[in-house]
Amino acid sequence: MALPRTLTALACGLLFGLGLAISGMMNPAKVIGFLDVAGDWDPTLAFVMGGALLVAMPAYRMILARRRPVLAGSFSLPEKARLDAPLTLGSALFGVGWGLVGFCPGPAVAAVVTGLPAVLGFVAAMLVGMALHAWISGERKIRTSSSPEAGDAAADPR
Amino acid sequence: MEDFTPVSGLFGGLLVGLAVVLLMLLNGHIAGISSIVGGLVNPKGGDTGWRVAFVAGLLLGALAYVLMGRGPSPVDVLASPPAILVGGLLVGFGTRMGSGCTSGHGLCGMALFSRRSMAATAIFFGVAMLTVFMTRHTF
Repeated sequence: MALPRTLTALACGLLFGLGLAISGMMNPAKVIGFLDVAGDWDPTLAFVMGGALLVAMPAYRMILARRRPVLAGSFSLPEKARLDAPLTLGSALFGVGWGLVGFCPGPAVAAVVTGLPAVLGFVAAMLVGMALHAWISGERKIRTSSSPEAGDAAADPR
Repeated sequence: MEDFTPVSGLFGGLLVGLAVVLLMLLNGHIAGISSIVGGLVNPKGGDTGWRVAFVAGLLLGALAYVLMGRGPSPVDVLASPPAILVGGLLVGFGTRMGSGCTSGHGLCGMALFSRRSMAATAIFFGVAMLTVFMTRHTF
C-alpha cells in the first residue's frame, strides 16, 4: 500500500522542483538579489513565497479539517510549540550560510542537476553539516538518556 | 530592479504551493526540504521511501526545466569556494538545529500559523539580509 504514497511524493517533488526552477529561486544570484536590500533590490522572492502561501494557507486549513490524509492514517505535524534556544540559534546559523551563498536546501538540491562543481560542493558540505548535527545531538541524547525521546525529530517541520 | 521577474516568480510559487498542499492532503507530510533530506542523512527506520521519491522528483522537476533550456542561465553561484563550503556547513547544521528551512518554516509553518515557524522565518531572513549587507557593502 506504500506505492501510491511513494508516487505522490515523487509527483510533489517534481512539482516543487519545477516551480522552484521556473520561479528563478534555483539561482542563488537571484536570491541574493532579494536579500541585498541595500543594493539593486529584486523583490521576486517575495512573489514566490506569496504565490505559494496564497495556495497553502487556505488549503492547509481545509485539509486539516479532515480526520486524516487521503493515503495515510494520520497527519505528521510538528508537536513542539515553544520557542527555544535551538530554534533561534539554528535559524541564525542557517541565515548566515544562506546569506553567504544564496542557497537554501531546496534550491541547492534541485540545482544539483546542473552538475556545477560549486553546487555539488555546497550540497556535500550541507549534508556534512546535517550529519554533524545528527551526530552531536545523538551524543547528547546518550549522555542524557534519562529523558525519554528528547525532542522527537520526526515531529518538526524540518 | 532590472532583474525583477514577478510573473514567473508568482507562477513558480503557485506550483510550489500546489506541491506543498498535495503532499499534506494525500500523504499528511510537511514539505520541508531540510527535514526530508535530513531524514535520509540520519535515517530512523521505515520512512525513507517517500523521502527518496520526493528528492528524486525534485531533481527531475529541475532537470525538466534545465533541459527545456529557455530563459536566463538558471544557476549562478557568486560566492568563493571557501564561502561555499562554510555556507553549506552552516545551512546543513543550522536547518537541522532550527528544525526547518525556507520551505518547512517559511512556507509550511507559516501556512500553519505556527509561532515557532514565524520566529524562525523572521530570524533567518533577518540574519541572511544582514550577512549579505556585511559581505557586499562593508568589506
